[in-house]
Amino acid sequence: MSELLRCSALSRSFGSLKALDNINLKIEAGKIVGLLGPNGAGKTTLLKMMNGLLQPDSGEIRICEMKPGVETKKIVSYLPDKMYFADWMRVRDIKELFADFYTDFDKSKSTEMCRVLGLDDGQLIRTLSKGTKEKMQLMLVMSRNARLYLLDEPIGGVDPATRDFILKTIITNYAENSSVLISTHLISDVEQVLDEVVFLQDGRITLQDTVDNIREKNGESVDSLFRTMFKFENKTGGEE
Amino acid sequence: MDFQLNNALPIWKQLAEQLKERIVTGEYPAGTHFPTVRDLAAEAGVNPNTMQRAMVQLENDGLIITNRTSGRVVTDDRKIIDSTRTLLALERTDRFFKDMKALGYNSDAALKFVKEGM
Repeated sequence: MSELLRCSALSRSFGSLKALDNINLKIEAGKIVGLLGPNGAGKTTLLKMMNGLLQPDSGEIRICEMKPGVETKKIVSYLPDKMYFADWMRVRDIKELFADFYTDFDKSKSTEMCRVLGLDDGQLIRTLSKGTKEKMQLMLVMSRNARLYLLDEPIGGVDPATRDFILKTIITNYAENSSVLISTHLISDVEQVLDEVVFLQDGRITLQDTVDNIREKNGESVDSLFRTMFKFENKTGGEE
Repeated sequence: MDFQLNNALPIWKQLAEQLKERIVTGEYPAGTHFPTVRDLAAEAGVNPNTMQRAMVQLENDGLIITNRTSGRVVTDDRKIIDSTRTLLALERTDRFFKDMKALGYNSDAALKFVKEGM
């Protein structure tokens, strides 16, 4: 099977904080992978690096054997953790911007998703609720026929019905030559759509396996394993 | 019946059992077309590769047959379907007695419940 993404010995510090520490990761085509970890584990830093928004101190990233840059942006569809659109724009403007920018933007897909999600072309970004803004961004990102989807916390702010729709969109979009990397801490919601999970903790990968292997070995779900692994020790019996 | 997934068992095993159930109950009748991986994955809300793995299990059991040209069909061999149904029934009986034992009833007492319940 062909390899879409590879990180080799990737490290990055912010001052004295080691945000990423010797990350080695491979993603093959046709996989849906979960990047799981508690807050501050380094998930967003890693995704930003894959998109060329941050540079590693050492190590390298290859996407289809290319360094992150203009060429990889053509095949990578990225959902950042923050919204980056001007709020005076309307939904229509942003769709046109995306269609202009990305040759793989599929207008019929976006029209269909807007219909299901109740997004109206004429709506001003300024007037959208937080959840609706997230829906719109996802609609844009998933309307592309990309090779690699990098989704930073795609289901955090939306209601459960939308969550189901988003996950279903990810599953049905699945193609044998494309892969999806989802960073999230809402594990129980995404667990059953994932092939593999990668646990990130303090900038290091502590576990990488398939969901079914984890269930087979531990007799528990990935969600409950995560809760055990990242449980807060309550040393003093109160707040620390 | 909708797919029901619990948290303890591997997902593909749960899917395989529930697909078998659909065949032995006639929801997917013998000799008819079997749905595609993609449709079933979307219905269950699971990863297509996981659904694929469940279907390979059914293929190995001889319950579904893959034709290169016409896709997958449910076997028309009644014997295979019947023996699968028996197997599912035995598993459930076993589970029932285990549950009753956990409640403190031996098999005689458990049987009495069954007779009274019928």
